[in-house]
Amino acid sequence: MSKYKVNLKINNISISVDEGTTILDAAKELNFKIPTLCHHEDLCVAGNCRVCVVEQKGARLLPASCATPVSEGMEIQTNSLKVRQARKHIVELLLSEHNADCTKCFKSGYCELQDMSNDYRIGDHVFLDLVKEKDKVIDISSPSIEKDDSKCIRCQRCVRTCDSLQAVSALAVTHKGNNMRISTFLNKPMNEVVCTNCGQCINRCPTAALTERNYIDEVFDAIYDPNKFVVVQTAPATRVAIGEEFGMEPGSRVTGKMVAALRRLGFDKVLDTDFTADLTIMEEGTELLTRLKEALVDGKEVALPMLTSCSPGWIKFQEHLYPEFLDNLSTCKSPQQMFGPLAKTYYAEKVNKNPAEMVVVSIMPCTAKKFEAERPEMRGSGYKDVDYVLTTRELGRMIHQAGIDFEKLENERYDNILGESTGAAVIFGTTGGVMEAALRTAYELVTEREVPFTNLNIKPVRGMEGVKEASVKIKDVKQEWSFLEGVELNVAIAHGLSNAKILMDKIKAGEANYHFIEVMACPSGCIGGGGQPMPTSNEIRKKRAAGIYDEDEAMAIRKSHENPEVAEIYKSFLHKPLGHKSHDLLHTHYTPRKRH
Amino acid sequence: MENKIKKVDLIFGKVDYMSILREMTKRTRDEIILDVIDSGLRGRGGAGFPTGLKWKFAKNEEADQKYVICNADEGEPGTFKDREILTEVPEKVLAGMALCGYCIGANEGYIYLRGEYNFLLPSLYEQIDDFHKKIKELKLDFTIRICSGSGAYVCGEETALMESMEGRRGEPRNKPPFPTTSGYLGKPTSVNNVETLVFALMIAREGPTKFKEMGTFDSRGSKVFSVSGDTPTPGIYELELGMTLEQFVDEFGDGDTKAVQVGGASGFCVARKDFKSTLIGFEGIPTGGSMMLFNSSRSMYNILNDYLEFMEEESCGQCTPCRVGCQQLLNGIDAVKKGLKPPSYLEELQKLSDTMRIASKCGLGQSVPNPFNSIIKNFREEIIY
Repeated sequence: MSKYKVNLKINNISISVDEGTTILDAAKELNFKIPTLCHHEDLCVAGNCRVCVVEQKGARLLPASCATPVSEGMEIQTNSLKVRQARKHIVELLLSEHNADCTKCFKSGYCELQDMSNDYRIGDHVFLDLVKEKDKVIDISSPSIEKDDSKCIRCQRCVRTCDSLQAVSALAVTHKGNNMRISTFLNKPMNEVVCTNCGQCINRCPTAALTERNYIDEVFDAIYDPNKFVVVQTAPATRVAIGEEFGMEPGSRVTGKMVAALRRLGFDKVLDTDFTADLTIMEEGTELLTRLKEALVDGKEVALPMLTSCSPGWIKFQEHLYPEFLDNLSTCKSPQQMFGPLAKTYYAEKVNKNPAEMVVVSIMPCTAKKFEAERPEMRGSGYKDVDYVLTTRELGRMIHQAGIDFEKLENERYDNILGESTGAAVIFGTTGGVMEAALRTAYELVTEREVPFTNLNIKPVRGMEGVKEASVKIKDVKQEWSFLEGVELNVAIAHGLSNAKILMDKIKAGEANYHFIEVMACPSGCIGGGGQPMPTSNEIRKKRAAGIYDEDEAMAIRKSHENPEVAEIYKSFLHKPLGHKSHDLLHTHYTPRKRH
Repeated sequence: MENKIKKVDLIFGKVDYMSILREMTKRTRDEIILDVIDSGLRGRGGAGFPTGLKWKFAKNEEADQKYVICNADEGEPGTFKDREILTEVPEKVLAGMALCGYCIGANEGYIYLRGEYNFLLPSLYEQIDDFHKKIKELKLDFTIRICSGSGAYVCGEETALMESMEGRRGEPRNKPPFPTTSGYLGKPTSVNNVETLVFALMIAREGPTKFKEMGTFDSRGSKVFSVSGDTPTPGIYELELGMTLEQFVDEFGDGDTKAVQVGGASGFCVARKDFKSTLIGFEGIPTGGSMMLFNSSRSMYNILNDYLEFMEEESCGQCTPCRVGCQQLLNGIDAVKKGLKPPSYLEELQKLSDTMRIASKCGLGQSVPNPFNSIIKNFREEIIY
């Protein structure tokens, strides 16, 4: 389909762009940056903050460039006197309703409003301070997300994120005029509403109105407590993103530097969530095969398709919105929560430590993991399995605070025991990764042959499409798996909860015949998690995904079942997947929750 | 002095609307639209967009479905003429909608009725049932429904109105696209004021000439005014456009009129010294009908304060200039009055209101500067001291 071209002038320079292009994007093509706040490329157009206004020759009004398509013969000025005055006024107005306590603010240095205020040299406050005392109360009810209305500039990015990207709608616009604000249902605390803690709103909030609950001080306190043995685990997606906190390119693979930094921060042992990701594959793969056997051979009523359970945002979404499908969720805990109890039992025994004196910290790309660690069922070890969950961003902050020059660090390796992993574990960090890792293992378990894809790269499950589908034909199986002979295994993958909703509605309507579905709550999977460095965009997430796949290819072992430490833990401790010990430590159950 | 205000009776006179519609079906839609364009009729809600052009745009759109919406969300402070029209001659409004539907190719119409006018519902439903029955004889396919507003002033803005109809928050949309391209449910839609539809019906009956002969070049015809405030004769009057404010005040004032607010809270305040030189109409000061007279007993500070309080509350809150700007103007005049800010702060506020005029998303924020600047300009001392 050929598009019509539209000719226009921006700052007296002629340009020809596709019909439907916004003035903002056309200006970008000419390398004119127009400032924006409510605009975000992941979200639908709002046009409500108005900082992107431009002057159009012959027009009475200043159009918002993010929301106005180009038209033939248009003449635009992006920085005329009129525009500058209006833009400055608008930034001043936003500051007047914003609690600008920048020196105390967690977001300082990362705040888009602060940047804009600096750009426009807004020093003296011309207008009256409108921040109401009652709005200075911060909602800290959620273990994941802090909501500070006094910092909110009503750009509604969070609302659009929660509604259209995540199909959750925990945040909405309420009231009007001077009382207009972003609120939860009946203004209830964040922990009492449908919020899945995914943190996507945080990633898109231009100010500090939405931030993660931060536990940096608690973790430093633990590190400096001589009576505490502090171990840290790092999630797959952190190692291709943490570099961004230090100005490195998105997708830079900095696993070794991250390990070195963690050691310098004073953690007693630096271990890897990737190990338990491999373990997840063993448990979840076995669970899938068991369910299939029960369905195909024993004729039992088994909940299929089986749904992955690694993403705690997705779990809570499911508990709120599709409680009738909780049996379909794999009973496997997420890798983070498998790590916790193993650290305080198996590992504690190996290194001869008292689990009561152990502190397990995890570095996650995720804010929902903070909530997950607080779940009452996550005490399989007899203690709180994971004590503190920090986001990638918080780790970045800790490294800055400790004065560590991250980029100059030499690569170091993870410590032994719960530190060994495979390429299959790394790819957990991006959409389709759990599926690919599971297929690599399950196919080989059943057929004794590698998955029939070049270099183990299962391309059909990769990529950024919202919902992906694939089928794998299982042939020439081993004797004990004969019931799977000729079976076409149908799988699907969704990332971002609005895509998950599409799949669930299909299943609910009986229009799907999948066996296994991977869902990640966040767009692009964990690499786009709510705890990852800001900003986020499809481009950035693609680069991180590329980093993940490079990391996979660089690993010596790329199949979970070949991880020697996994073999060892089954031999000496767990005995077998889905065994008694696994059941106690590695599996969980879910709680139906209400929509409101 | 002789008063030259001409009272007109196009709106409230009873007509045989069936015969108008019967004649309509004998003519092409282009012919009728041309008549409406030729008459010079401009929207009577206040914005004054040429009605015939709007219909032409909607007609020219290709779509499987189009809509007519009668904007009866009469929320402008001091306006109450649509209520009267819907009470006295509802059948003319319905026929006007059918006329618009015929011209643009829509077979569904909605009356978006102000929430506070719900008392009109029983009689309107009765009228609509009767109307549906009657137009069946003409084999006219046109169905009218009523949609009830919920009290937000901003829903009188046509795109916020459609958001509200679609079940969302009443927040104005980005334009373009305009409603004639993508309106209610994304379909081409003509949104017209109650009074506009009745005038269009009358122009269809009598041809454009009689209408065109009244008024001035930019402001043809007559207009229904809601007169209130310090006047011995408050009420609703249909008057020929083009009079000066002096003529108006001579007719309706109480002899002590110091200012007239033309166009409600979003309109302009005209002081006595300018009555003579101010024309009521699109080349002077346009109005959706609201004419509020104030005599010397009134404090202009209180009046401005009331308007700003109204706007501060009724802004939908989505766009920065309007949401925060209204608060700054309101709190700003208070700060000046109390001496917390110097009188020169009013100039800062006027600059701010200029930004609101050009940078706000919809007509609400864009028109807050009207009362603000005109009252500050004319009654600066009353604001400061």
